[in-house]
Amino acid sequence: MSVDVKTVKRVAHLARIAVSEEDAQRMTGELNAILGFVEQLNEVDVAGVEPMTSVTPMEMKKRQDVVTDGSKAADIVANAPATEENFFLVPKVVE
Amino acid sequence: MSDLTHLTISAARAKLRAKEITATEITEAYLGAIERANPALNAYIAVTDDKARAMAKASDARLAKGEGGSLEGIPLGIKDLFATEGVHTQACSHVLDGFKPRYESTVTANLWADGAVMLGKLNMDEFAMGSSNETSYYGPVINPWRRSSLQTTVKPTIHDGGGGFVTPGGVEQSRSYDNMQLVPGGSSGGSASAVSAFLCAGATATDTGGSIRQPAAFTGTVGIKPTYGRCSRWGIVAFASSLDQAGPIARDVRDAAILLKSMASVDPKDTTSVDRPVPDYEAAIGRSVKGMKVGIPREYRVDGMPEDIEALWQQGIAWLRDAGAEIVDISLPHTKYALPAYYIVAPAEASSNLARYDGVRYGLRVPGKDIVDMYENTRAAGFGREVKRRIMIGTYVLSAGYYDAYYLQAQKVRTLIKRDFENVFAAGVDVILTPATPSAAFGVADEDMAADPVKMYLNDIFTVTVNMAGLPGISVPAGLDAKGLPLGLQLIGRPFEEETLFQTAEVIERAAGTFQPEKWW
Repeated sequence: MSVDVKTVKRVAHLARIAVSEEDAQRMTGELNAILGFVEQLNEVDVAGVEPMTSVTPMEMKKRQDVVTDGSKAADIVANAPATEENFFLVPKVVE
Repeated sequence: MSDLTHLTISAARAKLRAKEITATEITEAYLGAIERANPALNAYIAVTDDKARAMAKASDARLAKGEGGSLEGIPLGIKDLFATEGVHTQACSHVLDGFKPRYESTVTANLWADGAVMLGKLNMDEFAMGSSNETSYYGPVINPWRRSSLQTTVKPTIHDGGGGFVTPGGVEQSRSYDNMQLVPGGSSGGSASAVSAFLCAGATATDTGGSIRQPAAFTGTVGIKPTYGRCSRWGIVAFASSLDQAGPIARDVRDAAILLKSMASVDPKDTTSVDRPVPDYEAAIGRSVKGMKVGIPREYRVDGMPEDIEALWQQGIAWLRDAGAEIVDISLPHTKYALPAYYIVAPAEASSNLARYDGVRYGLRVPGKDIVDMYENTRAAGFGREVKRRIMIGTYVLSAGYYDAYYLQAQKVRTLIKRDFENVFAAGVDVILTPATPSAAFGVADEDMAADPVKMYLNDIFTVTVNMAGLPGISVPAGLDAKGLPLGLQLIGRPFEEETLFQTAEVIERAAGTFQPEKWW
């Protein structure tokens, strides 16, 4: 399988990365090189093989449903580019 | 003073405990070495002088009272991927511009609890995506090793006419060095370069496809990627969560064992952290390998592999056989599919993990006409080319209609890769010996690699299988190639049998010796 410039632009939008026409052209070639490389996986007979979900056979650890942390709103917003009264500020999303 | 930087961790530990040296002295020696070397090597992207001095002072106070942990007063470098409270943590990406976490990663917290001193943050490929440390926002790291050639000069014997004095001639050998800058490998290139150039006693690193073992091999250092689940991933910037593992890079096998003992733990904050006590890895060093079964996988003999690497591999086999190990030929038939499967699984996980960098909660924000435009502009400006490439591949293979063909197929192949190893271990093989990399260190801005991303990916051909199967792997320096560059051998073990790796690696180290670059910086 290979991708064209139109698909690359669609994927870039899905990934929320702005691309110029020139970027999209370059990426099309690069992505096709990688997709060409991974194509060989189709030779492998995977009939009856389960897809891997975990490398180590282990049961997911569960925690008690209790509050162990909190009251650190100032820490949480400390690195944000724009905040007000411990809220993250973003451009207007509802009219 | 500068000699203090040449002490191994085990030697420095003994001198600190015996009060022959102080933590402040050794820390100052490293800070001075960093100041002199960093303009040439670019291994550190942030030096935490004040913090280092304060930590060293506290260590000296504990040592004076006869107290202190297993790493008391030992100065370490920390890869920029580890969250360090109040200190530069950006995974060497522009998208995390200015990020200073309010928390400490579990691995670094373990090191500080054992008394280690932080010298600063180390350069790396952006988000650990790369094999040459050239994708860093902070520029490439330079390998302290350079290519060289042996010059042989024949000097004639000079007979002094009358007095009967004879100046004997002979053959003199000297090395002449090539000034071409070489990469230290990646993604933990800053860690490997700093350890090799004596800019820290040891360093933390991480390995998703070979990012500890490949740079260790390129710099003549020891690097171990432990079993998946051995070190907590909490507070480590995520790349591909099912593959990422932390581990140390050190100057010898014993130092790597000392560091891993401290870094590893059982952590309730990481649900994939395994509930097993951490063994005393150092105790494994010096144990005989007599009777051990060492597997040699035929699939690791690849086309175009340099003769030096084949010769090194044969030398490694001979050393282990001489030490009493039994050498057996084995087959890991799905080896060639590990790298293509990795280039589906890792980007898929990365595309999901890196979705969080959107200009809202931390790091860079580039304004836009609405919120989606702001996300797109921020991510376009904040991520470098390689990171964008991988997010794009990941987004594509996970997108509607392609999931089964790519991701599901890759995860099935991954099951087969792991099964290959399980079959070999079930047949009684204790450890597998392979080359660590298909070449020695290459040049900065190598044109072939820049032209084709897949060429760069092939660097991980021998290491990536281990991540796909979640196994432990160690890279140990085993010799120099014809151009005087270090080469490493890799040992792969059963899950949670890191002790076997340290034990076997030390046998190789004892035979091969340790390697230091000629200082030019």
